[in-house]
Amino acid sequence: MYIGLFDTGILATALAESLQRISIGFSLALLIGGLLGVIIGVSKLADETLGSLVIALQSVPSIVWLPIALVLFQGGAGAIYFVVILGGTWAMTLNVRMGIKNVQPILIRAAKTMGYKNSELIWKVMLPASIPSALTGARLAWAFGWRALMAAELIGRGGLGRTLMDARDFFNMDLVVAIMIIISCIGLIVEYFIFSKIEKKVLSRWGLTNSAS
Amino acid sequence: MEKVAINHVEKTFPGKSKNESFTVFKDISLTVAPGEFVSLLGPSGCGKSTLLNIVAGLDQATEGDVTVGTEKIKSPGSDRGVVFQEAALMPWLTVLENVMLATKKKMNKEDAKSSAEKYLKLVHLSKFLHSYPHELSGGMKQRVAIARALSMDPKVLLMDEPFGALDEQTRMMLHREVQFIWEETKKTILFVTHNIRESILLSDRIVLMGTRPGGIRKIYSVDLPRPRDPASPEFIQLEQDIMSILGGEIEKVMKEEMGDDFNSKKASLLYGTDRNMGNHI
Ligand SMILES: Nc1ncnc2c1ncn2[C@@H]1O[C@H](COP(=O)(O)OP(=O)(O)OP(=O)(O)O)[C@@H](O)[C@H]1O
Ligand SMILES: [Mg+2]
Repeated sequence: MYIGLFDTGILATALAESLQRISIGFSLALLIGGLLGVIIGVSKLADETLGSLVIALQSVPSIVWLPIALVLFQGGAGAIYFVVILGGTWAMTLNVRMGIKNVQPILIRAAKTMGYKNSELIWKVMLPASIPSALTGARLAWAFGWRALMAAELIGRGGLGRTLMDARDFFNMDLVVAIMIIISCIGLIVEYFIFSKIEKKVLSRWGLTNSAS
Repeated sequence: MEKVAINHVEKTFPGKSKNESFTVFKDISLTVAPGEFVSLLGPSGCGKSTLLNIVAGLDQATEGDVTVGTEKIKSPGSDRGVVFQEAALMPWLTVLENVMLATKKKMNKEDAKSSAEKYLKLVHLSKFLHSYPHELSGGMKQRVAIARALSMDPKVLLMDEPFGALDEQTRMMLHREVQFIWEETKKTILFVTHNIRESILLSDRIVLMGTRPGGIRKIYSVDLPRPRDPASPEFIQLEQDIMSILGGEIEKVMKEEMGDDFNSKKASLLYGTDRNMGNHI
């Protein structure tokens, strides 16, 4: 039965489509969110204006954007990407902002005495110092993005989410359960294996765990 | 090796309203000769760090100016190496990379590396080039910070209580190391401390500062031969001289901070002419 499913290639195609969407959407969320976070973290003016906007946006479940996105992108695949990106961006922004704000002032002062200025300070001190925080942001961005993607696909087109709905329509409960297991496994693998591994490495290198000393 | 001239410097921190502004010190003038080792000594809050930060360019003077050599200080720069009380090492870089962060700014990668290695050798850390800061002891971190400051080959070395957070043994070892480095490199050094013994042990001159009004109270020349022996009668005499003035300044600060709770008899027990004074403040 299950082998049959893979043979027809429905699942494989759906899985590939979902994975492609999440990887592109997640990367863009990291990029946009990270950039915005750095700007808000560095500039007081940006923080006072954009900062509260981001906090407001973050409290909106990103799937709420789907109707507007469907209109905006005329029902195209762009709508799903839009929702995935919105799902992940704000968590990334807020965490990068916090990372930049919480850089120990003494590190910045020390770098200044070595002759570093402005953008060099951002590159050489603030960004590396905020990596642990950015990593938390990335993990959250992935989690929100993945959930947003599944929700969007249930309503939209293609991917695991749509296949899940199709399977229900054909009363193929085995397939429904199989897809649900696949969806949760992917979530589990990425969050607990990939992210927590990287996190552990980074935290120990940044001297933020007690185990080393 | 350059001279440092502090000319009529005043520092006022602006308050929320005009009459809330706070003047730390006023009209401070001090010249540090090339290759001279000068300590700034004074009670907590008298503005030692503030003055050092102005020389470092991290803070701006409200009035007056500071020149290093012939150049007027406007911003921080690699001509003045600074060592803070905390080592302030980048936790994500190895010991070598931390020092290279300073040298890379001035030279190409190869020179930066060999220069960094040279100064890490000077502070006896060649074995730890590839360790991360969190793997080092407090004293080792501080030695990395010293190597980092020296590696830029600054004209002046500014140190703000560099050994304040260390235990007595480590501090004594670093005192010897600093004297050795100073003799080796002949840098001009401005050294902030509130430890009297430390200042006598290391400096050519001791600048005693006070509070309310903030400023220089007295300047002592230390004409004892090096290496200095803290048990010699001259050393003890100077320590007591300084203590008698510093004790009064500390009492002023404590009265200010504690108000009526302050009992000057108890204070004189705490801060009497006990010769370990200064180690515990
Ligand atoms: N940014 C600031 N705004 C307002 N007041 C400040 C600021 N920085 C320092 N001060 C005040 O200036 C005074 C001098 O501070 P400073 O840190 O230079 O003292 P210090 O002599 O180094 O003391 P310590 O021995 O405790 O390090 C203090 O009374 C402090 O409250
Ligand atoms: Mg200080």
